Amino acid sequence: MTINQVQDEIINEFSLLDGDMEMTVFYIMELGQKLPAMPAAEQTDDNIVKGCQSKVWLSAKIENDKIYFTADSNTAITKGLVSLLVRIFKGQTPDDILHADLYFMHKIGMERFIGTQRSNGFASMIKQMKLYALAFKTKMEVKS
Amino acid sequence: MATTSTIPAIDIEKLREQFPVLNQQVNGRDLVYFDNAATSQKPLAVINALVDYYTGYNANIHRGIHTLAEKATKAYEHTREVMRGFINARHTEEIIFTRGVTESINLVAASYGKAFLKEHDEVIISGMEHHSNIVPWQLICDEKKAALKIIPVTDEGELDLDAYRKLLSHRTKIVAVNHASNSLGTINPIKEIIRLAHEAGAVVLIDGAQAGAHLEINVQDLDCDFYCLSAHKMYGPTGTGILYGKKELLEKMPPYQGGGEMIKDVTFEKTTYNDLPYKFEAGTPNIADVIAYRYAIEFIKQLGRENMAAHEHELLTYATAKIAALPGVRLIGTAKNKVAVLSFVVDGIHPFDIGQMLDARGIAVRTGHHCTQPLMARCGIEGTVRASFAIYNTKKEIDHLVDGLSRVISFMK
Repeated sequence: MTINQVQDEIINEFSLLDGDMEMTVFYIMELGQKLPAMPAAEQTDDNIVKGCQSKVWLSAKIENDKIYFTADSNTAITKGLVSLLVRIFKGQTPDDILHADLYFMHKIGMERFIGTQRSNGFASMIKQMKLYALAFKTKMEVKS
Repeated sequence: MATTSTIPAIDIEKLREQFPVLNQQVNGRDLVYFDNAATSQKPLAVINALVDYYTGYNANIHRGIHTLAEKATKAYEHTREVMRGFINARHTEEIIFTRGVTESINLVAASYGKAFLKEHDEVIISGMEHHSNIVPWQLICDEKKAALKIIPVTDEGELDLDAYRKLLSHRTKIVAVNHASNSLGTINPIKEIIRLAHEAGAVVLIDGAQAGAHLEINVQDLDCDFYCLSAHKMYGPTGTGILYGKKELLEKMPPYQGGGEMIKDVTFEKTTYNDLPYKFEAGTPNIADVIAYRYAIEFIKQLGRENMAAHEHELLTYATAKIAALPGVRLIGTAKNKVAVLSFVVDGIHPFDIGQMLDARGIAVRTGHHCTQPLMARCGIEGTVRASFAIYNTKKEIDHLVDGLSRVISFMK
């Protein structure tokens, strides 16, 4: 699936919640619970995403020119939110990630259920993921 | 503490009509506002005072000769007199208007500290201070090469007075503690703390941010040297508050900021400073909010602090019993004497998650370290969930909180 196909899938899932705030929050936490746990060894200070109010760890690997992120957080809601990004970018190329327009955020009304502080944190997460993509892309270009 | 028989004196449902902000839905449910220790809501009398000022007599104060300036000056100075009475200060000029407790503490640390602290002197604060009552002292201690000493906190969240006695010495120049803790609710035995400090020859500043709306404050009886209040935590507007200081100390202290109002005469060679309290009120002050502050004080006085304390105490007791009984809940701060602040953690659930899930049900609580990181470190936690109550809160609202918490806890298990 392309990045946009996954985004559309998420938009569709959230639309079923009908804007109910409590159901939405519970749903996000459920998503977080389903995200595979990050090995404790990877929960290092180096992998902490700076700018988040709660702790978020993020690491990435590349296989066959496709990126796979692993992430975790000490808060359930943040973990749910980061799981959305992990899912959208799973198995995508560095170029596609770098150029991704993450319109799902607005479509699911994310600004309604994350405050200013979390918005900034979420932006930091996206920035960090794009930085990984850029690093992998640069590496690939050097190799070729 | 007043007896429960005084409670029917306040009709809470009727009183809530004076707080229009409470009458709204958040996320599809009736708002439950339990973040009063951060800032309380404002009654109509305060809101109307602001509107009346801006629509009726907005003018710069003290130097104007015209009618509006005279009216604004009178109203502004009236609040000063009301504040003097409220805390029972001896002299009206002992009341300095500031932006609130943070600025009041910074003023004393910078001005008194600058004039009187020397190398090897010591400043004592406590382990349950707000960052506002830590950082200003760190700044001046660094500058003066003085040492900062900390009164330890017991497991129940009370100050260890034995340890405090041992910290006091001839080197102690300033003791700065809060009247009540914003994170734990603990009411500290400040009269005893002040007495002991004076025996050692130190002056005492009391951070009254969490006391203003809840406790009797009598600065002459306490014999404190400085006392600080923020209006917005006691039903008043944001951006104003007071510093009370004993006249003989304020007179000896150098100005904190320079500008208009605080001077008598200015030449390029020499400036002479104005008398108290104006020496410490440089620039155009927050006229509107100071004027409206009086109406918050009158609101408190009309209800009676004893009646308010009785109602809030009943809410605290009710909430404490119900919340402590929920699975996995651990109360943080179980001092014998508390203002209406209830801090807790829940095993395996981050405070942010609880806060957000409660918000989804229209319940406003505060989560995090509450600007008391050293205290959180002492408790071995990152932060708490804090519900803090005010006069307009009800037991029914606490039931909503308990329902919300139960749902969160069962979901996360």
